[in-house]
Amino acid sequence: MENRPLEYDYTIAKMFMLTTIVLGIVGMLIGVILAFQLAFPGLNLILGDSLAEYTNFSRLRPLHTDAVIFGFTLSGVFATWYYVGQRVLKVSMAESKLLMTLGKLHFWLYIVVVAAAVFSLFAGVTTSKEYAEFEWPIDVGVVVVWVLFGMSMFGLIGIRREKSLYISVWYYIATFLGIAMLYLFNNMEIPTMFATSPAGESGIGAWYHSVSMYAGTNDALVQWWYGHNAVAFGFTVPIVGMIYYFLPKESGQAIYSYKLSLLSFWGLMFVYLWAGGHHLLYSTVPDWVQTMASIFSIVLILPSWGSAINMLLTMKGEWQQVASSPLIKFMILASTFYMFSTLEGPIQAIKSVNAIAHFTDWIVGHVHDGVLGWVGFMIMASLYHMAPRVFKREIYSKAIMTAQFWIQTLGVVLYFTSMWIAGITQGMMWRAHDEFGNLAYSFIDTVTVLHPYYAIRGIGGLLYLVGFLMFAYNIYKTMSSRPIEERELQSASPMGA
Amino acid sequence: MFHWLEKHPFFFAVGVFIAIAFAGLVEILPNFAHSSRPVIGTAPYSTLELAGRHVYIKNSCNACHSQLVRPFKSETDRYGHYSLSGEYAYDRPFLWGSKRTGPDLMRVGNYRTTDWHENHMKDPKSVVPGSIMPAYTWLFTNSADIDTTYAEQLTVAKHFSVPYNQDVPMKDGSVKNVKMAQSLAEAHEIALEEAKLVTADMKDQDVKDAVNRGEIPEIVALIAYLNSLK
Repeated sequence: MENRPLEYDYTIAKMFMLTTIVLGIVGMLIGVILAFQLAFPGLNLILGDSLAEYTNFSRLRPLHTDAVIFGFTLSGVFATWYYVGQRVLKVSMAESKLLMTLGKLHFWLYIVVVAAAVFSLFAGVTTSKEYAEFEWPIDVGVVVVWVLFGMSMFGLIGIRREKSLYISVWYYIATFLGIAMLYLFNNMEIPTMFATSPAGESGIGAWYHSVSMYAGTNDALVQWWYGHNAVAFGFTVPIVGMIYYFLPKESGQAIYSYKLSLLSFWGLMFVYLWAGGHHLLYSTVPDWVQTMASIFSIVLILPSWGSAINMLLTMKGEWQQVASSPLIKFMILASTFYMFSTLEGPIQAIKSVNAIAHFTDWIVGHVHDGVLGWVGFMIMASLYHMAPRVFKREIYSKAIMTAQFWIQTLGVVLYFTSMWIAGITQGMMWRAHDEFGNLAYSFIDTVTVLHPYYAIRGIGGLLYLVGFLMFAYNIYKTMSSRPIEERELQSASPMGA
Repeated sequence: MFHWLEKHPFFFAVGVFIAIAFAGLVEILPNFAHSSRPVIGTAPYSTLELAGRHVYIKNSCNACHSQLVRPFKSETDRYGHYSLSGEYAYDRPFLWGSKRTGPDLMRVGNYRTTDWHENHMKDPKSVVPGSIMPAYTWLFTNSADIDTTYAEQLTVAKHFSVPYNQDVPMKDGSVKNVKMAQSLAEAHEIALEEAKLVTADMKDQDVKDAVNRGEIPEIVALIAYLNSLK
């Protein structure tokens, strides 16, 4: 008993791994459909005239964004937490019945909320606010799920053996707090069912409908404080937490610099929230807020690059692993895309650049090089690292991993290059004037010109989806076909062999 | 200090929370009251207009259309006067959007007609050759939800003092009084009267018949809303 390594309990990690993959496929599939609908509008009728209401672009768009954010990414965050948490805190979930129950409750309520969200978005029940489309009954469900996640996280921290919190845990704690604060304040709304008419009627209309507590400019300011930072605390913070655990583990290298990780963590915490207003440049929010948001967006390069450089330098002296291990390839490309995306964002937040970029496909391109290249790659890499240890079997096929890596990389490159060209083309055409000072193009000219880029983007997205299906197949085969190892794999990397 | 924090999760969490809450307090709070004052000429949405706004939201029109004219010559040439904060005073939620796959709609009521919208929603290519917007044919058969609209009017009038049944100043010096019903039945009557004004300019016989029967198809409400955007 004394010197035996701890046996960790991955029951809940496994459940969330499953939803990561399933909701990833759903979210990306809808994304590919949307991409091709823009290139070939006939696809809005993909299931025929009678179902057009449910398959047209605008009804599907929130389903895509929410499935990827709250489905794929959050599942990935939960799955990795229930794996990483135990290991860095040196305590097993199996040691506490209460924590196991909380974890299971967390999972099943999450499933219920996801089902309700999908149903309501298909039905067109939405508040219209991006990534906060859910009406109040689902918001209540989201809050309960989040509280359960927090209880289960802080519960595990409470019974830890390792007293010092590892860097990854900092990021998971920040994810929990950040999303909690943002989600609550942005979804402040009054259900209309409580209204009473002068004639004494009450409970009028749809019970799930609500009205925002904020109006107009204030609503926009709160929404983009949320919208930008939901990205921060969903797509950046937990993913950085993942790479701080999985890259050193997989490569067998120690983190390059503790001080750099301190600086980038606290820097990211303080700076990120200021930058939300860069979604509202040249709008009606106060000018000083816009300038502040623009400046802080530039400052944000520092903590972002701090983490990314820390990761790249962790590989110092071991770069041959990038060539030999497909898993290291995924993680190094992910941190490279993180650097790339966190430079691109600040550039777009410069007011004069934003004047061209805002409202165009360049923004869509930016989101996707971040999410496909950084978030997607890092979550898949994490699951690839976890699978052999969780299922006690080696990864089914290294060849599939390598092929998948190149297919998806090509997909991401096609995606963002086509969207750059599309966005800048459109931005320049909107503002072009002829020799008499009149607008040079009608709006539709700036739409039809984008057709080839929309088609290329669709192909890029399709390649990424194909790669993701290969990933799903590889994980499925890992679960089911190889003989079980006697013990959890102890070596730095099961890919090493 | 950081080493100490890393051994004390509670204080660590408090530290993180202070760091992340700071920006919101500084950026959002100071202008909160100021930003929500209406400008002259801004009136609350009428019953049918608000029902149309719900149709707009239900179909996520804001996924492709913005409602924010930025202060650039190219935008004011294309869409009209740039947006003012007070014009959004009754917009809950705001509908600025984040992507212009289609054109801005902030002032679409100034340059498009009921007739144009009717054709456009049935078959966008018939009025805009090359358009990639899908047709929204179900708007012609689904009924607008006047009940929920009325509940929302009651809610905003009570909690946010939206001036229904009060005179609000217009730009030309006149006043406008937007009526809110005293009962659900009256709300339906008000909406139906507004709907008849819209269908007078429409061609679709089924929609006209529906309104004559006392029903309000979503398309009628949506057009009333779009016409109100000025």
